[in-house]
Amino acid sequence: MNIVVCVKYVPDAQSERAFREQDKTVDRDAVDGLLSEVDEYAVEEALKIVEASEGEVTVLTVGPAQAADAIKKALQMGADKGVHVCDDAIHGSDAAATSLVLAEAIKKATDGSPELVLMGMTSTDGVMGVVPAMVAERLGMPQVTFASELTIEGGSLRARRDGDAASDTIEASLPALVSVTDQINEPRYPSFKGIMAAKKKPVEQWTLADLGVDAGAVGIDAAWTKVIDVAKRPPRAQGTIVKDEGDGGTKLAEFLAAGKFL
Amino acid sequence: MAEVLVLVDHAGGKLRKATAELLTLARRLGEPSAVHIGTGAETAQVTLAKYGAHKVYVYDGADAGEYLVAPQVEILASIVAQTSPAAVLIPSNPVGKEIAARLAVRTGSGVITDAVNVEAGADGVQTTQSVFAGSYTVTSTVTTPMAIVAVKPNSAPIEAAPAPGALSRVDLTLSDTAKSARIVESKPKAATGRPELTEAAIVVSGGRGTGGDFSPVETFADSLGAAVGASRAAVDAGWYPHSNQVGQTGKQVSPQLYVACGISGAIQHRAGMQTSKTIVAINKDEEAPIFELVDFGVVGDLFAVLPQATAAVKAAKS
Ligand SMILES: Cc1cc2nc3c(=O)[nH]c(=O)nc-3n(C[C@H](O)[C@H](O)[C@H](O)COP(=O)(O)OP(=O)(O)OC[C@H]3O[C@@H](n4cnc5c(N)ncnc54)[C@H](O)[C@@H]3O)c2cc1C
Ligand SMILES: Nc1ncnc2c1ncn2[C@@H]1O[C@H](COP(=O)(O)O)[C@@H](O)[C@H]1O
Repeated sequence: MNIVVCVKYVPDAQSERAFREQDKTVDRDAVDGLLSEVDEYAVEEALKIVEASEGEVTVLTVGPAQAADAIKKALQMGADKGVHVCDDAIHGSDAAATSLVLAEAIKKATDGSPELVLMGMTSTDGVMGVVPAMVAERLGMPQVTFASELTIEGGSLRARRDGDAASDTIEASLPALVSVTDQINEPRYPSFKGIMAAKKKPVEQWTLADLGVDAGAVGIDAAWTKVIDVAKRPPRAQGTIVKDEGDGGTKLAEFLAAGKFL
Repeated sequence: MAEVLVLVDHAGGKLRKATAELLTLARRLGEPSAVHIGTGAETAQVTLAKYGAHKVYVYDGADAGEYLVAPQVEILASIVAQTSPAAVLIPSNPVGKEIAARLAVRTGSGVITDAVNVEAGADGVQTTQSVFAGSYTVTSTVTTPMAIVAVKPNSAPIEAAPAPGALSRVDLTLSDTAKSARIVESKPKAATGRPELTEAAIVVSGGRGTGGDFSPVETFADSLGAAVGASRAAVDAGWYPHSNQVGQTGKQVSPQLYVACGISGAIQHRAGMQTSKTIVAINKDEEAPIFELVDFGVVGDLFAVLPQATAAVKAAKS
């Protein structure tokens, strides 16, 4: 089976993340970026599926030049080839526009007939968790999101999805789009061999023109929502910290009583 | 006045708190109508009317509940086509966000998820979100004629404003595309009797520091009438169900009070709790990053501190 995995390049959550002054978009230059952690689980799942049968794993990213790093990491893990959609016009795109570019790129990468598309449940920067649903909508594919277990058999798939009230089993026939949680597997680390092999793997560079997407349909001006203000939250006031000297619990209860939590 | 649709969050007609919050917020934007998908609309109707629903659109075909996300989108889209609402408000949980997302693509409308506030702005619906683990507050407007906003629970105080709440049936046959991801089995979670994690006013969470013994955490939570949460380390170890995980890949909670017990405060955990109004931590290690966030912290062993605090809380309450 040929699988397309969508991976996002995100600013490192461990560093101080910020917005650009001029257009209030996420500042992707100020901090180091990396492959969004949850997308590693999607890459791992794709590798496992292909290893158990056959086929190819293509990783797809939409993002600035540095986003090539996200593809590189996935290739080092073992994916076969990469597609990087990079176009200045994409800067500032909202989720809807991103999903449009992804959907068109998925079609082009699979000659119009994708079999399985894997994504992460959410990116670590936007934390919206909406792009997979939007891409499924655009491709008219079954949407099986938040999969914590996935099995593929013949022309159909089965997934476990844990909700608030119940743990559900979902079935769909292929082609389908699946987003995965971080419960689904344990992503591998790239091996030395993997790192060396990745250097020779093909990565295609596509622009919007290659995808036949009108530049006016994406980017900050085409967005259906507009950020009007970004304010850094004032740092939390330094709290009171007490060492337990046999009365820590009592002090905690006093704090709660004073705050009217009892 | 323009209609504003509110997607009802319910289990068999039993409403979740978010629904009344959304109806309260919807009144700022126009005239609220509720959209009730599934059985129990007659039961829900009274409460929906009480909180301001002028109409209650009902789709109670059994098939809507048998498939993932797409049916709700199709039903909402058909009501949107009929009513041209100014906005659609949806509870911001994983399913709600996906419904919002697909409806946005289908109707060509702007979508905002995880909003903590919604207002009528000069240039359209205006929203507030809290991003990057609560370190920034972002204000946005939706530039399309219809706005789709997924609103987090606990974002607005509930206010009653009685309205007719007239039932109106939605005539629709679900398409095959809407029925492509079938829910073939559903194993309900055991009820704990505790409040729902994302709705609770108080959340007490345990981490690796519990060593697998959540009883002091649970007993303390029960003394406060709180929900119980867990860090991923505790979930991965099999000590607590995944549905109780707080953080980036778990639940995002924003209670009045969050108590972290034996949790270090990794960035992925913070992403799920940093917007809590008051934060308390109990941790043996005074260097634990969680202490950077707290309003009140106890450096100590949770197995000593929690039982003592529980006894003191019970004494104060009786
Ligand atoms: C993709 C990804 C997603 C993730 N998503 C989440 C998420 O959603 N939620 C989440 O929580 N994590 C998440 N994580 C994991 C996160 O990085 C941390 O590993 C995790 O939060 C640590 O859990 P912890 O604080 O319980 O454990 P630890 O970091 O091991 O901390 C345990 C703490 O307990 C203290 N302690 C020990 N014994 C006692 C005692 N007797 N009394 C008091 N204190 C004691 C210790 O001092 C220590 O500070 C994610 C990671 C990844 C890679
Ligand atoms: N720019 C992008 N390029 C490739 N994949 C993306 C991009 N944005 C989002 N995704 C995919 O969609 C998932 C959810 O992202 P989000 O909806 O932004 O939280 C990610 O885990 C990725 O798999």
